[in-house]
Parts: sequence; structure tokens; C-alpha cells
Amino acid sequence: MSALVEVNNLSKAFGGVHAVEDVSFSVEAGQVYSVIGPNGAGKTTLFNLITGLYTPTSGEVKLNGESIAKLQPNQLAERGMCRTFQQMQICMNMTAIENVMLGRHLTLKSNLLTTLFRLPALTRDEKAAREKSAELMEFVGCGEYLDTEASAMSYGALKRLEIARALAAEPKVVLLDEPAAGLNAVETAALEELIRKIAEQGITVMLVEHDMKLVMGISDRLLVLNYGRVLAEGTPEQIRTNPDVIAAYLGG
Amino acid sequence: MIARLSQFRLKGLVFLAIVVFALPLFISNPFHYGLATQIALIAGAVVGLNLLVGFAGQISLGHAGFFGLGAYFSAIMTSNYGWSAIPALFVGAVGVAIIAWVVGRPILRLKGHYLSMATLAVGFIIAIILNNERELTGGPDGMPVPSFDVFGWELSVFGQYSLFGMEISGDLAWYLFAGMVLLVAVWLAQNLIDSPIGRALRSVHGSEVAASVVGVNTAKYKSLVFVISAVYASVMGALYGHFHGFITPSVASFDFSILLITMVVLGGMGSTIGVIIGAVVLELLPQLLADFQEMEMVLFGLILMLTMIFMPKGLLPTAANLLAKRRSKSAGGDA
Repeated sequence: MSALVEVNNLSKAFGGVHAVEDVSFSVEAGQVYSVIGPNGAGKTTLFNLITGLYTPTSGEVKLNGESIAKLQPNQLAERGMCRTFQQMQICMNMTAIENVMLGRHLTLKSNLLTTLFRLPALTRDEKAAREKSAELMEFVGCGEYLDTEASAMSYGALKRLEIARALAAEPKVVLLDEPAAGLNAVETAALEELIRKIAEQGITVMLVEHDMKLVMGISDRLLVLNYGRVLAEGTPEQIRTNPDVIAAYLGG
Repeated sequence: MIARLSQFRLKGLVFLAIVVFALPLFISNPFHYGLATQIALIAGAVVGLNLLVGFAGQISLGHAGFFGLGAYFSAIMTSNYGWSAIPALFVGAVGVAIIAWVVGRPILRLKGHYLSMATLAVGFIIAIILNNERELTGGPDGMPVPSFDVFGWELSVFGQYSLFGMEISGDLAWYLFAGMVLLVAVWLAQNLIDSPIGRALRSVHGSEVAASVVGVNTAKYKSLVFVISAVYASVMGALYGHFHGFITPSVASFDFSILLITMVVLGGMGSTIGVIIGAVVLELLPQLLADFQEMEMVLFGLILMLTMIFMPKGLLPTAANLLAKRRSKSAGGDA
């Protein structure tokens, strides 16, 4: 099997602070791959590097064998990489379903003439996009909010909405940055189920998460970061028994 | 469901059409027609500016510059080179689109105050050029503009026309024409907003990061909406020149730019009908307060500040919210 996402010797320094240092790993298609580590270990920075929000100081990221370190986030979306954020990024000036339909952006041809004169092709595409988006909202479990203003939705619902938006772009790999943060036990269980269902559809999932129970339950492989460096990498079983990890993180 | 939605979608346009066509029943004075025509044309430019400011969340403090460019291009081509008004209007709009794209590309990378300053400068530069190119533009004294003509048929405020067998004055004819232009401007703007492009524009306002991670090329869309709003201004500027028959560089002035942005903010950023109300109020206000003309800028500044502080959403959205709240309260009382 070839790697879908490959990270080689990736480093990022903010001034003198080495947030991510010499990190290498690879994710195979169809895996659920989690990145864990104590606060400030560089997990989110790593995600921001992979998804093009930050430019790496050195090293490279490959998606399907293509180097993507210098590409903009929108170009990565074109190549099938989508993400959600720890600090949710929802367009509060739009309704819930419009936020998800925004995720369909790349699949909708946006011709200025068909748009300005609202030709039938546009109405047809919009209708299809709306149906697909409604389906996705149902899939992630916020189907009851279709035309609710995003600003009127609860935190938990918005978290799921953000996942629906990422899925709407039909990604090959989706990166979820702390999807369980702020969720209660019931919501977290639902999230675990959702991530499983996403993986079943053949979408590769990369996860940054604090909730150990969640991560250990659903991940195929894990990467443990500490002070920006790789502490360990392997299956949940290997990680659970790794003495370095126990000392640094699991608090053994 | 979809049918109901589409009805809902153009509700504002229908309302506006009723107002535009009913207005002649209540006024007959040429001065009032003139005022209404001017309001309609300026409102058209404001609808375009609202696409940029209200929907995409970018600012332009130099939009009168594009209005002035459109007006002067049409004036110069029709009076000095004998062009017809329609080709002058279109070529002018294309020219302004190119200028806006070239200028917009770099400056839209800026945000907040920096973008304000850059757009302000664009407006100033255009105004200075119009003032100084005396040979071409007549300088500060302005220049005359021929009547608007369509394939040899002239639209002049002094003319007499017959419409469906009715004799109508030139003032009324101009008013009806400007009203229809405004309706088309609103229709196009609403179509743009309710589309993938419109969603992309609004997402740039809502969260640029969110937009970019699902594949929206935010830089491209910012330039696009800047160009579209500049074209709106250019077309309305050209018509404005033909209507008045005479233009001065004041059409491109800083004061006028501020007036346009005040109309957007007062009426309600992101509300197409709201900003038209903003245009109506701010065009009528100086008429009512003609005695305090020198205080006009102070007044506009005050309105801008008070709106930002007390109703940041603007007139129409605030009123709609109040109404909805009252309605839900009375519904709650019934239950």
C-alpha cells in the first residue's frame, strides 16, 4: 500500500520556538490516524502545516506523492484534503445548510453569466447541492437545523456542522482538530460512531484529540508528539505499552 | 418548498417594483421626478457597493472614483468622439472593470484600516486626474454630457414621449428608465447573492479560513466582487452624467465616496433593499435641511457614527428584527 499523506522531516519555528521539529510519518489510505500529545506539543501546528495554513521552515508534506508544502489551503481542497478546526470556523452570517453547501463549492461550476441571469443550469445544480448537503447534515446528526442561522446553533451542533462541511467537499482525507473538545460523554460517543462511519466510506481520517478513550478506540495508528518532536508512533497497543509515552503523557 | 423559497427570494424586488411604478401616481412635479431619478441611479451604485461591503465584508472608501470614471468616460466619448451612449457605457464599464481588477488584486490583500486607506487613495487619485486633465475633462469646471440615446432615439428630460398611448414628459420618462435600471441592478445582485459565487463571497466575510479550506480561492473572489461593484458604479455614473447633462469632478470626490458608504451602513449592510432605503434617506435629507447645507458632511458623519453604535445592522434589518421579536412575543401571549 502506498502512503496517502507523507510527512518528511517537517519543522516549524516561530522565532526561537521550535513548535514542530523534524517530524516524519505516513498515513495510508483508509486509516484513522491520530496525533496525540500534551498541550503545546505542536499537534495543531502540525495540522496547520499539513493543510497549508502555515509554511514549514523545512521539510515536506506529500499528498498522493505530490509535494504540497507550498500550496494554499484552497489548492489542497482541490486535491482532496479538507479539515475542521479546534477554534471552529463557521460562517455565522449564513444558515446551517449554506455552510455545508459552501463545502460543495468545488463541485459546483460557478459561471458568472449563468449566475447573474440565474439560468436553469444553476437552479438545478443548486437544488442538487442542497439535497446532498441536507443528506450530509442528516449523516452527521444535525439534520434538524437545515435553515437555522448558524449563529443560533449550539456548540455541539456546530462541531458536527463543520464536519458535514468538510465532507461536502468529497475529500480523500479529512483532518479533524479536536472534534471532541467541549462535548459531553453522550456527544463524544456519537462522534466516535460518526468517525467510524466516515472511515467506512473509505475516507482517510486524521485526528488531533485529547480524549484518550476515543482515540484508542478508533485509531489504526497513532503519533505521539512531545515538545514538537515525535515521541512514539504505532498501533494503539504499541502506544499504550510504550514506556516513554507512559512517562510523558499517560501519567503512568 | 423550493417554490416558496424562490418566492421569498425575490420578495424585496417585487416590493421595490411596486414602489417604483406607484411613485408617479403621487408626484408630478419635474423637480421631484429629477430627485427620484437621481436617487434611483445612486441607489444602483449603492446596491453594487453593498455586494462588496455588506456581503463580502471588504471596504471601499473610493467608490465614487469608479462612478466618476464611468461618468467621464461616457461624457468624453459621446461629446468629443461622437460615440453613441450605449457603446460608451459598455466600453467604459469594461475599462473600469480592468482598472478595478488591476488595482484590486494587490490592495485586497490588505485588511481593515489598511484596505480603507488604500481604497481611499484610489478614489483620490481618480479625482485628482479628473481635476487636472483639463483638456479632456474640463477640469474643476466640469463638462457637458449629451443626452442618452438608444439607436438614434434620444432620452432627454426636456423631451415628450408617448408610452402605451400615454403622453409622458421627459422627466417621467427618465424616472421610469432609471427605476427599471435599478430593478435590473437589484435583480442581478440578488441572483449573484443566491448562488455558489454569492456563498463564496459571504464566506469570505464570515470566515476566510473556512472558505479557503473547502476550496474557495478567497483572493479571486475578493477581486471579482470588487470588479463587479466597480462596474455597477461605472454604469450608474455614466447614466447619471447623461441624466444631469453636466458633470464635475465632484462625482468622483471623497465626499461622495463617504456618502455612498454611509448609505450602505445606514440602510443595512448585506440587505439589498435596506441599502436602497439608505440611499433614499440620505438623498432626501439634504433637501429637507437645505438651510444647513454647510453642515452636510458633519451630519453624514454623525449618522454614520450613530448607526454604527446604535444599530450596527442598519435600518432595515434592525426594523425587521424588532418586528419579528414583537410578533413572536404576541404569539407567545396568545398561547
